[in-house]
Amino acid sequence: MHADTRHFRQAAGKALIDGQLQKALGNVKRGFIAKRAKARDALPEFDRLRDEARDIKIHTLAHLDLYLSRFEDKVKAAGGQVHWAETEAEAREAVLEICRAAGAKTVTKGKSMITEEIGLNAFLEQSELKVVETDLGEYLVQIRGETPSHIIAPAVHLNKEQIEHDFRERHKDLPPERQLSDPVQLVAEARQVLRQAFISADVGITGANFLIAETGQTVIVTNEGNGDLTQTLPKVHIVMASIEKAVPTLEDASTLIRVLARSATGQEISTYTTFSAGPRREGDPDGPQEFHVVLLDNGRSSVLGGPFQDMLRCIRCGACLNHCPIYQHVGGHAYGSVYPGPMGSVLTPLLQGVQEAAHLPYACTLCGRCEAVCPERIALPDMLRRWRARDFAAKPPLAGAKPALKLWAALAACPRAYQLVTGAAIRLLALLGGRKGRIGRLPLMGAWTKHRDLPAPQGQSFLAQWKAGRRK
Amino acid sequence: MSGRENILARIRAHAAAGEDEPARAARVEAHLGAHARGTVPARGQQDKAGRIALLRQILEGQSASVRELDALGAVPAEIADYLRRHNLAPRLGMGDDAALAGLDWGGANLELRHGRANAELESACSMAFAAVAESGTLVLTSGPDNPTSLNFMPDNHIIVLRADQVMGSYEDGWDALRAAFADGPPRTVNYVSGPSRTGDIEQTILLGAHGPRRLHVIIVK
Ligand code: SF4
Repeated sequence: MHADTRHFRQAAGKALIDGQLQKALGNVKRGFIAKRAKARDALPEFDRLRDEARDIKIHTLAHLDLYLSRFEDKVKAAGGQVHWAETEAEAREAVLEICRAAGAKTVTKGKSMITEEIGLNAFLEQSELKVVETDLGEYLVQIRGETPSHIIAPAVHLNKEQIEHDFRERHKDLPPERQLSDPVQLVAEARQVLRQAFISADVGITGANFLIAETGQTVIVTNEGNGDLTQTLPKVHIVMASIEKAVPTLEDASTLIRVLARSATGQEISTYTTFSAGPRREGDPDGPQEFHVVLLDNGRSSVLGGPFQDMLRCIRCGACLNHCPIYQHVGGHAYGSVYPGPMGSVLTPLLQGVQEAAHLPYACTLCGRCEAVCPERIALPDMLRRWRARDFAAKPPLAGAKPALKLWAALAACPRAYQLVTGAAIRLLALLGGRKGRIGRLPLMGAWTKHRDLPAPQGQSFLAQWKAGRRK
Repeated sequence: MSGRENILARIRAHAAAGEDEPARAARVEAHLGAHARGTVPARGQQDKAGRIALLRQILEGQSASVRELDALGAVPAEIADYLRRHNLAPRLGMGDDAALAGLDWGGANLELRHGRANAELESACSMAFAAVAESGTLVLTSGPDNPTSLNFMPDNHIIVLRADQVMGSYEDGWDALRAAFADGPPRTVNYVSGPSRTGDIEQTILLGAHGPRRLHVIIVK
C-alpha cells in the first residue's frame, strides 16, 4: 500500500473548508444512513442474521487453511488456476505474468479494493498495459488521477458539475456541444465509452466478495453489471481476492449476502450477484477461456490469532464509514489510506505498520456508532483504543506527563488530599468561567481550548454536594 | 517452501491455537457436508401464490416489469407486444433453450438470433433456472441454452420463468441447483434482481449503467 497516512491532521483541516467536498459528503449522511435503517426495519430477522454472519466468519477464520485448500481443489477441478501471493509485489507479478502470457494489451477492471491495496493499476500501466476501470465511480476516480474516497462509493466526494467537466476534458472525440448537465446524460456517456473498452479488452480483472470452499465459486456483487461484462467478454478472467474472503458453503454465503447489501446501500440485495466457477465449458458460447484466482495474504495470516483478528471478519460493506462522524466531515481522502473510516483506521496500521499510520486510530471520537451498525459486529472502537495504547506505549513520554500522572496517582490514593485539591481546582475554574460559565482559554491547555470552550464547573465537587445534601 | 505453503503454515500456526489437525479437519468436513441453514427470513416462507406475489412486488419496486401468463405458448405474443410498446425492433436474441425453441416465434412476427450477444443486439430473452421470492431475485445459469452475455449486453432483457420455480429462499434455490447439476454448479450462476443501475453520481439511483436498462419478467403458470 502506498498511501500517506501521516498527514491526517492537515488533510482533515483542508477537507473541512472544501466547499465542494462538504456538499458531496452531505449525500452520505442523507442517503446511506436512511436507506440502511429502512432495510433493517423491513427485515425482522436482521439482527439475528448479523450474529450468524459473525459466527460464520469466526468459524471460517479458525479453519481458514482448510477452507482455502478446499477452495483451491474445487477451482482446479473446474479448470481454473490458483496463484498464492504472500506480498503485494507477488500479487502484482502474478497478474502481470498472466497478462503477458495472454499477449494482453488492454485490461478492464471491475471494482476491487484489493487491487487498490496492491497498487495494481500503476504497476500494469508501467508495464505498457492499458487499464480501464469500469465501475462508474472507479472510472470517475481513475480519469481524475485520484484514489477512491469510499470503499463502496469511490466517487462519493464528487459533484455532477465536476464530473461533467472531467468528461468534457477526457472524451474529446465526442461533440463539444452535447448536453451533459443531467446525471442521466453522464451515465449514458459513460456507458457508451466503456462499452468499447469491454468489447476490446483482452483480460478482465474483478475482485471477490466471497470465495466458496464447497464449490470453488468466486462471488461478485454489483449494481451496474460492469463486473459481469468485465469477466464474461475477455478471453482471460482474473479474480483478485484476499485470503479472508473464504466462506464454507452456499448456505453460509446466503446469510452473508442477506446482511451485505442491506448494510451497504440499504438494498435487499444488490442488482447482480454472480457466482463463477472456472473458465468456459464445452459448448459454452461465451465466457473466458482462462480463469485465474490470485489469493493475497499481505500480512493477514499473521493477524490471525492476535488481538486484531476480528478485523478479518470485515465484509467491506462500508456501513462504518457512512455512520462515522469523522468520515462524514472529512471524507475518505483525508485518511491518506486505501481503506478510510473506522475499518480503515484499524486495518491500515495492520497492513502498513503502526508507525506509518499512527494518526489514524486518533481520527475517532469513540462514539461507537460503527460497532452498532457493523454487520459482523466488529468491536472497532475497542481496537482503535488498543492501537492508541500501543502508540502511547511506544512513544517517548510527553515531557512532564510522567510526574503529573504520578502526582495524580498519589492524590487519588489519599481521598482527603484529593478532595481538598480538586475542590480548590473546581472553585478556581468556576471563577475563571465567570458569568458565562465557559472558559475560552486555559493556561497549559491551549491546544484543547483553541477550538472549543471548556464548560466551567458549578463550584462544588460531586462528593461535596452529596455530603451537603445528606446533611439537609 | 512456496508461497502457498508459507501462507497455509502461518494460518495453521496462528489460527489452530494448538488444536490437533484431525479434529479441525473433521469439523470442516462436517460443516461442508451438513449444508446447515442459518436463519431464513419468514417473508419468503409462503405458499406458491404468496411467493409469486412477493417476487412480483419486490421486482416492480426495483423498476422491473412483470407479467403473468397462463401458458408458455403465449410468450412470443407477449414479447412481440412488449417490444412494440417500447418502440423496439421485433428482433430477439436467445440461446438454445429447449422450452423457448419449441415456441412459435414466427407466428408473432419475431426475428430470432441465436447464440451469444453482440454489440448490436438490442433485446434478448432468457429462461430462468429459478427465482427467489425473498429478495425479488431471478437465478440464471450459463451454458448454450442461455448464454451469460445475453443477461448483460442488450438494452432490454426479458426473462421467462415457470411459476413452480419460484422458491422462498436462496437456500431452496441452491438445493434445486444441486439437484439439477450433480457434478457441481455451472460456470456462472447469475442472480438478477432488477435492471442495471448506479448510484455513483451524487448517490442518485439511475438505471442502465452498463447492463440492461429494462428488465421484463414473464411468469408462466
Ligand atoms: S468493519 Fe463492519 S461496518 Fe465496517 S466495512 Fe467492515 S463489515 Fe462493514
